[in-house]
Amino acid sequence: MSDAQFLFGQFLGGITTAMFLFLIASGLSLIFGVLRVLNFAHGSFYMIGAYLAWQMVHSIGPGPGAFWFAVLGAAGSVALLGVVIERLLLRHLYGREDLYQLLFTYALVLVLADAAKLLWGTQQLSVQRPGILDGALRLFGVIVPHYNLFIMVLGPAIALSVWLVLYRTHIGRMIRAAALDREMLGALGADVGRLYTIMFGVGSFLAGLAGGLVTPVKTVVPGMDVEIIIEAFVVVVIGGLGSLWGTVIGALIYGQFLSFGILVFPRFSIFAVFALMAIILIIRPWGLLGRPLR
Amino acid sequence: MRRHLFDRIPWAAVVFVVAFGIPALGSRFYTSVATDILILGLFATSLNLLLGTTGLVSFGHAAYFAVGAYTCGILMKTYGMPFAFGLVAAALAAGAVAVLFGFFCVRLTKIYFAMLTMAFAQIVWAICFKWNDVTGGESGLINVPYPDLGWMEAIPGLGGMRIGEHYFYLTLVLVAVSLAALRRISQSPFGRMLTTIRENPERAEFIGVHVRRYELAAFVMAGFFAGVAGAMFGIFNRGVFPDAGYWARSAEALIMVILGGMNQFWGPLVGAFMLIALNQQITSYTEYWPLVLGVILIVLLFTFPAGIVGSLASVLSDRRRRPDA
Repeated sequence: MSDAQFLFGQFLGGITTAMFLFLIASGLSLIFGVLRVLNFAHGSFYMIGAYLAWQMVHSIGPGPGAFWFAVLGAAGSVALLGVVIERLLLRHLYGREDLYQLLFTYALVLVLADAAKLLWGTQQLSVQRPGILDGALRLFGVIVPHYNLFIMVLGPAIALSVWLVLYRTHIGRMIRAAALDREMLGALGADVGRLYTIMFGVGSFLAGLAGGLVTPVKTVVPGMDVEIIIEAFVVVVIGGLGSLWGTVIGALIYGQFLSFGILVFPRFSIFAVFALMAIILIIRPWGLLGRPLR
Repeated sequence: MRRHLFDRIPWAAVVFVVAFGIPALGSRFYTSVATDILILGLFATSLNLLLGTTGLVSFGHAAYFAVGAYTCGILMKTYGMPFAFGLVAAALAAGAVAVLFGFFCVRLTKIYFAMLTMAFAQIVWAICFKWNDVTGGESGLINVPYPDLGWMEAIPGLGGMRIGEHYFYLTLVLVAVSLAALRRISQSPFGRMLTTIRENPERAEFIGVHVRRYELAAFVMAGFFAGVAGAMFGIFNRGVFPDAGYWARSAEALIMVILGGMNQFWGPLVGAFMLIALNQQITSYTEYWPLVLGVILIVLLFTFPAGIVGSLASVLSDRRRRPDA
């Protein structure tokens, strides 16, 4: 394998990582953009999605559509969980200081992590790739699994659909309005509370979807929640909290940073990631494509 | 307003004197738990100088705790320095790091401030985690020596005690001095100005206060005392481990502050007491302590947002107001 091929392989690996990160971070960013809540439990939703997908795959048994059904089922269940939490609890904290919302979502992290341990134990669980995407492809001499290609296509597809909803539909206009000025939107007679619930549900759905889709690539273990939420924070900070395309760019940068950072400074790659996050916050706190908060 | 008997009792002094009797209970376990509470109580109180007094939500206070713990641990273990030197160096190092980080942090507001404090703390954690030659890396700095506390034998009443009990007394005095200093700071004109900044930063700026400079000063003082707590924590555990700087420890300190009440000076200490005592009780029944903690935290946020001390204080002041009315 030549150097160029090796680097190309690293590049593709970085893109795949980026697409998963985009799926997770986009939900986090959308929720922040509208609700102004930084949801620490977003990583926990991702983890619950992964466990639920594993559970459903194993309950349904082998079959051509089992994996897809499980992934969508997991994402839907996580969305439902998000809606219930928003309606019953989070809603009552909107008027309070940011700190209370942060600590509430942190409490959810603790509760959901232990709930997952109670339900599924601490052993590593894994899911087989769906049969239809089991093969691999040779691309300029680099072997790329079909599943990774699928993820590389799905990421942009989801980004595009979210963009279409936000910029080409009525509900999207309402959501953008809520992000800009919620009081004004409420005064104009819109049901801002319902918008919040929808937004939290959609964000949770994306987290659950990412969790379900990651199961064939990564093992499902306790601790994956905390690991991913820190990474998602880095991505949204780079791109800009609340910005959709910012999240795409943040994920791509972070993915490549991980892929090549390992080669350049293997020992200090985690250090470099947080240093990058700090530098961006210092120079441009609202991120590459975000808007400054008023 | 008439001063009640309750107010006239110097509660802090009473607790301090009572705490002197803890080793006399004869249980090594109680002494160790009490030492833990004191150290983490100081850590949480130092955080509250930012959170409650100045209104800055730091999600990375563990950074200064870790800098203090590693500085003292490395000086004592690797360079064989005495504890007194290690402690002072730890506090100064933590303060210096707080100057550096705080300089950038106070330029940001709200959620961005929280994120940047967290990013800095994660940088500290990553360095501790990976710099094997100096910090011991993932497995930490083990076998940090106990300070030589033989001189305590000469103090009447403290002779013939175990080293852990001597260390408890050392901790008690150091924490009491630090808390007294923090209380003086928060009640001084400087501290009042910090509260003004919390309540209305624009107005503070308007009357000619250099808000960022005040915030930075508070940040550095909070970091300094977190360093003191960290240094004592490392000795107490006979080792320093990277999770001293991990964000979960920052979150734990925030929980202590909220549990006790962030608008009360003694809130964080009471919060540390509650959290550690609960932890000891619950972990003897179940391994699912985080689940219990999460549920307690949620219940607390919805029912007693002012924390335990805050809620007690408002109950007491209500009761007092009634006869006057």
